[in-house]
Amino acid sequence: MRTAVPEFPEARLRELADRYAAAIAAKRRRVWLGAAVLIAVAIAAGWMGEVSLGNFVENFWRFPAYFISIAPKFSFATAWSDLADWLWGLRRWARLLGDTLLIAYMGTLSGALCGFALCFLASANLVKSGTTVFVTRRVLEFFRTVPEIVFALIFVLAFGLGPLPGVLAIAIHTAGALGKQFAEVVENIDSKPVEGVAASGGSWVQVVRFGALPQVLSNFVSYALLRFEINVRGAAVMGFVGAGGIGQDLIEAVRKFYYTDVSAILLLIVLTVMLIDFLTEQLRHRLLGLEGSTR
Amino acid sequence: MSSFSFENRAGIAERYPDVFRTDWWQRGRIAILVGGAVGLFLLGIVQLDIPFNRLSQGMVRLGEFVQLMLPPNPGSWAEVLKYLHALGETVSIAFLGTLGGALLALPVSLLAARNVVANRIIHVLTRRGLDTIRGVDTLIWALIWVGVVGLGPFAGILAVICSDFGTFGKLFSEAIEVADKNPAEGVRSSGGNHLHSVRFGLLPQVFPVLLSQVLYYFESNTRSATIIGIVGAGGIGLQLAEQIRVLEWQKVLFLILLILITVSSIDWISGKLRFAIIGRRAVA
Repeated sequence: MRTAVPEFPEARLRELADRYAAAIAAKRRRVWLGAAVLIAVAIAAGWMGEVSLGNFVENFWRFPAYFISIAPKFSFATAWSDLADWLWGLRRWARLLGDTLLIAYMGTLSGALCGFALCFLASANLVKSGTTVFVTRRVLEFFRTVPEIVFALIFVLAFGLGPLPGVLAIAIHTAGALGKQFAEVVENIDSKPVEGVAASGGSWVQVVRFGALPQVLSNFVSYALLRFEINVRGAAVMGFVGAGGIGQDLIEAVRKFYYTDVSAILLLIVLTVMLIDFLTEQLRHRLLGLEGSTR
Repeated sequence: MSSFSFENRAGIAERYPDVFRTDWWQRGRIAILVGGAVGLFLLGIVQLDIPFNRLSQGMVRLGEFVQLMLPPNPGSWAEVLKYLHALGETVSIAFLGTLGGALLALPVSLLAARNVVANRIIHVLTRRGLDTIRGVDTLIWALIWVGVVGLGPFAGILAVICSDFGTFGKLFSEAIEVADKNPAEGVRSSGGNHLHSVRFGLLPQVFPVLLSQVLYYFESNTRSATIIGIVGAGGIGLQLAEQIRVLEWQKVLFLILLILITVSSIDWISGKLRFAIIGRRAVA
């Protein structure tokens, strides 16, 4: 059996090929233009940011050298005593790490509660008044955009040195960040339960409690856990400005060139952060899994 | 209509016992969870020795600070120029840091993605390496780089590159792993080798996603670039920390407002660009 392969006439074929070439060329031009703009901006930023390749090449050896100098002395013959020398302050550092985790926890919890209270006011589908939504959103934006270290700097002056300013700074930042994320979740909920509660005579609080909350709670907890992860990192450097936790010891060790202490504290921080990441990830997966099974 | 009286309720409860039965198991679990959370909070108060008397005093003092901050006032035009220059440094740090981090992370993220490199050892090692880099905060990287290249914004750029390298490596490799494998298989079946399948089957799919993540991080890096000046790595953080230490509250508020405006405008621009690149639906 013969089949006819449909073939365009030569002229039509050439026209199509030309169009294809033109389309490709236009795309290429766009890519090149984008690359040129990117490079120009990068050069301008490099000039502004005092990038100096000479300096970089000349001093780069210090970077690996630093890591070599902070590496602990270690030989297999005296492995245990070397290890004990390196981690001489383990008890103190472990306590400070515990403090850091508690600062992160207390900051996250109180911030999450504030964000929880504010998020419903920032959701356009639950609040009729446009002004309330606008004002709440701007307040959350302010809380979120000012870095927590800046809050900590100011709070250290107001409340004195110690963990309290650290907790408050993290709480404020968390309230802003979670308030926004929570509000986004609330704005994406199914409106039927909300309308149902409102139609059967529920007050605003009842609408939120029985219409909105059951839909969003697992997402809220998931976001709060993620934020806890971020806050552990943040709390580890709070001590840089005197706001408690292990950061104080770290910056002292760096400034006073206690090299092996730097590596020991860094290692402990990294291990703690990894552990917390792992645990919260497990928790979040279980939480989302639970949600999936009940649906 | 509101005839939801008690006899009515009793009738309904009788007809649907499953709905109205008290689930003690569930309630017990909730009580334990809430109790645990509150208990940990109380433990924190005891362990961290939170002074409640200072809480109220501090609030009063904070109120005074806020009063002193108003109205925001930079002092003189020379100061304004100095601050704008510092702001330019901050944006440069964020831009070059994000760009450098993304460029470095791209090849490494291919190594860390299970569907590109089948070797288990390579990908586990890369993952753990990236996790370690990510575990170190930008401020700590800044401290290290200040020791290497000296004070100034260049150290800040290198610090942001380092911390973004870890973040992007993880995000990119995750994006690559969830990519559809059919295009790559198509390239393989029509005679392409492994590199071809990555270049023509995989990268075109994930590139817009990666770009959108980079743009998102540009905004968040602007925020972290505002603070690394605190350890001497350039940018507006240096000015801010200085003005807070000398209690020039009006200048502090001016600087904070400057940062707010910059971050919001970068947020806006990067949002627009993301929409333009990948379309509205895929942004979330």
